[in-house]
Amino acid sequence: MSKQEQHWEKTRNLLFITLAIWFVFSIGIFLFGAEMQESSIRPFGYPLTYWFTCQGSLAIFVILIFWFAGRQEKIDDEFGFTEREGDQ
Amino acid sequence: MIKGKFIDNLPKVYGLYTGGFLVFIIIMAIAEQAGMSAKMIGIFFVSFTVLIYALIGWLSRTLQTDAYYVAGRQVPTVFNGMATAADWMSGASFVAMAGGIYFKGYGYMALLVGWTGGYVLVASLLAPYLRKFGCYTVPDFIGTRYGGNLARFSAVVVLTVASFTYVTAQINATGTIASVALDIPFEIAVYVGLASILMCSMLGGMRAVTWTQVAQYIVLIIAYLLPVFWISNNIGAGFFPHFMLADEVARIAELEGQFGFVKNSAADLATVPKGLSAITKPHSAVNATPWAFISLAVCMMAGTASLPHVMMRYFTTPSVRTARRSVGWSLFFIFLLYSSAPMLATLSKISLMDPNLATGIIGKSIADVQALDWYQNWNQAKLMFVSDFNGNGTLELNEFFMKGSAVVLATPEIAGLPYVISGLVAAGGMAAAMSTADGLVLAISNALSHDVYYKIINPKAETAKRLIVARILLVLIGFAGATIAALEIQGILGSVIWAFDFAMSGLFFPLVLGVWWKRANAPGAVAGMLLGLASGTAYLVWVRSGGAGFWGITQLTFGIVGSLVSLVSMIVVSLITAAPDAATQKMVDDVRVPSGKTILGKQH
Repeated sequence: MSKQEQHWEKTRNLLFITLAIWFVFSIGIFLFGAEMQESSIRPFGYPLTYWFTCQGSLAIFVILIFWFAGRQEKIDDEFGFTEREGDQ
Repeated sequence: MIKGKFIDNLPKVYGLYTGGFLVFIIIMAIAEQAGMSAKMIGIFFVSFTVLIYALIGWLSRTLQTDAYYVAGRQVPTVFNGMATAADWMSGASFVAMAGGIYFKGYGYMALLVGWTGGYVLVASLLAPYLRKFGCYTVPDFIGTRYGGNLARFSAVVVLTVASFTYVTAQINATGTIASVALDIPFEIAVYVGLASILMCSMLGGMRAVTWTQVAQYIVLIIAYLLPVFWISNNIGAGFFPHFMLADEVARIAELEGQFGFVKNSAADLATVPKGLSAITKPHSAVNATPWAFISLAVCMMAGTASLPHVMMRYFTTPSVRTARRSVGWSLFFIFLLYSSAPMLATLSKISLMDPNLATGIIGKSIADVQALDWYQNWNQAKLMFVSDFNGNGTLELNEFFMKGSAVVLATPEIAGLPYVISGLVAAGGMAAAMSTADGLVLAISNALSHDVYYKIINPKAETAKRLIVARILLVLIGFAGATIAALEIQGILGSVIWAFDFAMSGLFFPLVLGVWWKRANAPGAVAGMLLGLASGTAYLVWVRSGGAGFWGITQLTFGIVGSLVSLVSMIVVSLITAAPDAATQKMVDDVRVPSGKTILGKQH
């Protein structure tokens, strides 16, 4: 497998992990909105589903993107595909 | 003055600007104490901020295509994040969102999840790859990746339909705010709004829009957060509302149980001015089915990843790496406002509902409420209404009506904050609507001037001529948008949601598969764009004209139909026609590697 193919395979795997986490917090948990609302876990005292819709999921997305960007930069470095000055 | 050095001095320049704006707020507060009228304060706030934006627009004027289309590709990560956040958060986010949450609760908050979750798709599926491509516009990517004028033109069609739907809503919002703040008729205010928008974008294109959007973000975030923190501290709910309003949320649920949701009769409702509603849904309970919630969120997420005015912001960063990080910063700046909207809705509701607070009106006598100053003002503007339906002399929960947009605009006054805050909020709303309208008008006119005029009609046109055409189109599109906005066909929020559905129907899969599926070819992409847009539009028309719909897909989620048709037709047509040639496959391989030259080169 060429260097480029390996790079793309790792990139694709990172995409799948990122999208899996994204799926859980944008779609997955809201399948159980009514059940979660009754949960005894209450972040900052808010009902659980209510908290996810107004803070939880949103904050997780912000962190997820920065985490994703960091991981992708590591993959690019590993294969020497990091941009250098004057690349554009 | 703006080149090189300006980029290095950004933190200082915008730091000074923010300080200057805060000083301006304090001067206005002092002027209010000294007896300046509420009307004058409103006029000062809106005209002062708009003049500043126009000044930035004029300072950023340019005669180079690279600066006009992509701000010279030198916008630093964090500042591009701020500009994107302003570009993204429209009049709907600023003015209408807290109101929607106030009235509809959980079912509506799907928009919060959708309008943030979409950025994960932008960061992971598209933005870095389109940046590597080095295109000027989104149709530029489609046209080069798939090849052929038909693919390019189809992308322009989808872009125009989606963005134009969106921009009329934004010009409508600037008109609404300008008419309230400057006290002029709506039909005229719309054109005042348009003139301000054009001043920011016409001379400097993307470069001017970038630097005004950063300035607009600073105004709008201060205008949104200040009242939220102030009210929360004022009523003793907690100094940091986001983590401390659990008791208020519980108290609202308790009061809702106490007051009850009484359904108004049709005859009673007929007396209420158009567009106003009473609270009919619980504040924090789960009041929508999983599918209703998820389908709306999915449409907003896919729409986010397909809207060209957002995507093109990531063409302006210096590199692929910064484009990726910039998406994170964008979402962070958006998060600051979006996580505050439910808090504002909560504070607004508790201020009105709780009889223990001085501001509570539910349960008071109707005559007392009608005598309130703020009630009279907002009633006169046809944004509030009370009526004693059951004739008992006291105001019930179902007898107080408000327009969605009034929640943000009127809450400072209801909660007893000085008028200077209301003026600030009006300036913030204006900034939000203007920054989005700028981005949208520019997205449409750039696609028409670069993709239709330069790439299809007259590839030999010189730079000067291209930029003149771009500017003429900008003005024409602005006027067309303002003319339609003045007709007030659809509400602000409805049009915005439609825009997402249109974009998702026609562009989501052609964009994503362009990077992630090498086998995708031009006939497939054209089929995907045109059939997706056509089927989505057909479904919308069908449901609007009384059709039953299927799978619980409403006129707000028709993008699901459009994008599914788009996906299937794109795959089927791609597979039954010839695979893309070796050069195209090589191009896709190059897009996937961050280092090296951009596909389209520096100047084109």
